[in-house]
Amino acid sequence: MLSRLPSGALKQASSAARLTRASAVSSSRSASVRFASSSSSTSSNAFESFMNSRLTLASATLFTAGTVAWYAHLYGTLPFLGEAHASHHSDEGLHPVAYPWSHNGFFDSFDHASIRRGYQVYREVCAACHSLDRIAWRNLVGVSHTADEARVMAEEVEYPDGPNDDGEMFQRPGKLADYMPAPYPNDEAARAGNAGALPPDLSLIVKARHGGADYIFSLLTGYIDPPAGVEIREGMNYNPFFPGGALSMARVLFDGLVEYDDGTPATTSQMAKDVVTFLNWAAEPEHDERKKTGIKAVILFSTLFVLSIYAKRFKWGPIKNRKIQYNPPADKSGH
Amino acid sequence: MSLSTTIYNTFFKRNSIYVASVFTAAFAFGIGFDSGVTTFWDTWNKGKQWKDIRHKYVQDEE
Repeated sequence: MLSRLPSGALKQASSAARLTRASAVSSSRSASVRFASSSSSTSSNAFESFMNSRLTLASATLFTAGTVAWYAHLYGTLPFLGEAHASHHSDEGLHPVAYPWSHNGFFDSFDHASIRRGYQVYREVCAACHSLDRIAWRNLVGVSHTADEARVMAEEVEYPDGPNDDGEMFQRPGKLADYMPAPYPNDEAARAGNAGALPPDLSLIVKARHGGADYIFSLLTGYIDPPAGVEIREGMNYNPFFPGGALSMARVLFDGLVEYDDGTPATTSQMAKDVVTFLNWAAEPEHDERKKTGIKAVILFSTLFVLSIYAKRFKWGPIKNRKIQYNPPADKSGH
Repeated sequence: MSLSTTIYNTFFKRNSIYVASVFTAAFAFGIGFDSGVTTFWDTWNKGKQWKDIRHKYVQDEE
């Protein structure tokens, strides 16, 4: 917009301002005023062209927009604009800490010993209320258990099957192809057994919650007494990481609750870490293979990209470097 | 005979040889690249994968 002004406009404005300023100081130091006005005739040209340039306009705009965006990113609100919230920050829950999971990096697989311990924690603790619908016994094979172990575990559970020749349904021991047994036959039974609160299915819970594994670990280890002034209803428990602060699930992990086969001390945080690793595997069973394929894809595609750049430059080199010489036809008109 | 002439005479002169060498090279590269990445992956994740802890749980392997 500035650049559309007539080029003299800004000069007139600045020189007029300079004149009044010069007359104001001329009473005290007339020599220095003349010196200032004479030397500024060259600098005013530079100043004017600086003020008129599109680059100045663009960079000032960019600086302003950048500063506002930076402020908004840093403080979450726009500067100089008040906000009123109907909710309190505690309603959204504490943000979980980013924990250094053993599978965090681009090249890191799951820690399968941890998955195995986590399955034990799930089976002995979480499975009392939480189902794991999308995981079958066969999914554990080659991940945390051998086929024989998984088969034995499946056989300990009875599954309905049928109908048989008499048209009756019957119970049979589980097979590898059966899915994990649910603690309640349906959601209504689950609600009735848990004071109206439905324990969510844990198959995809790591993908289904903001903060993922960090959030679930924080939730499992984050139970504290409610701070002063926070009222928690009877039967509810306070956890700052849970949105709203009050949840029906009580703290379940205590030191030494399970006994690990491999002798790992079963502290609260160890059990929480293991079970979250297990749930992360349940949500992303393709995780290891995906990362491995990703390594291959990145190597191959970056190589192909470099090759394509080279081929393009190779083909276009002569075209870009050619010089077209124009020989004007001999002038035949003037003679 | 220069190197490029040797390469030309060996691989590019006959189309049958050329196509066969492309297919062989793709096959060999596939295997080599795959095993290379797998070696890196296994080294990086030493002790974390199932195949590293499987021996503790297998009962008897006939």
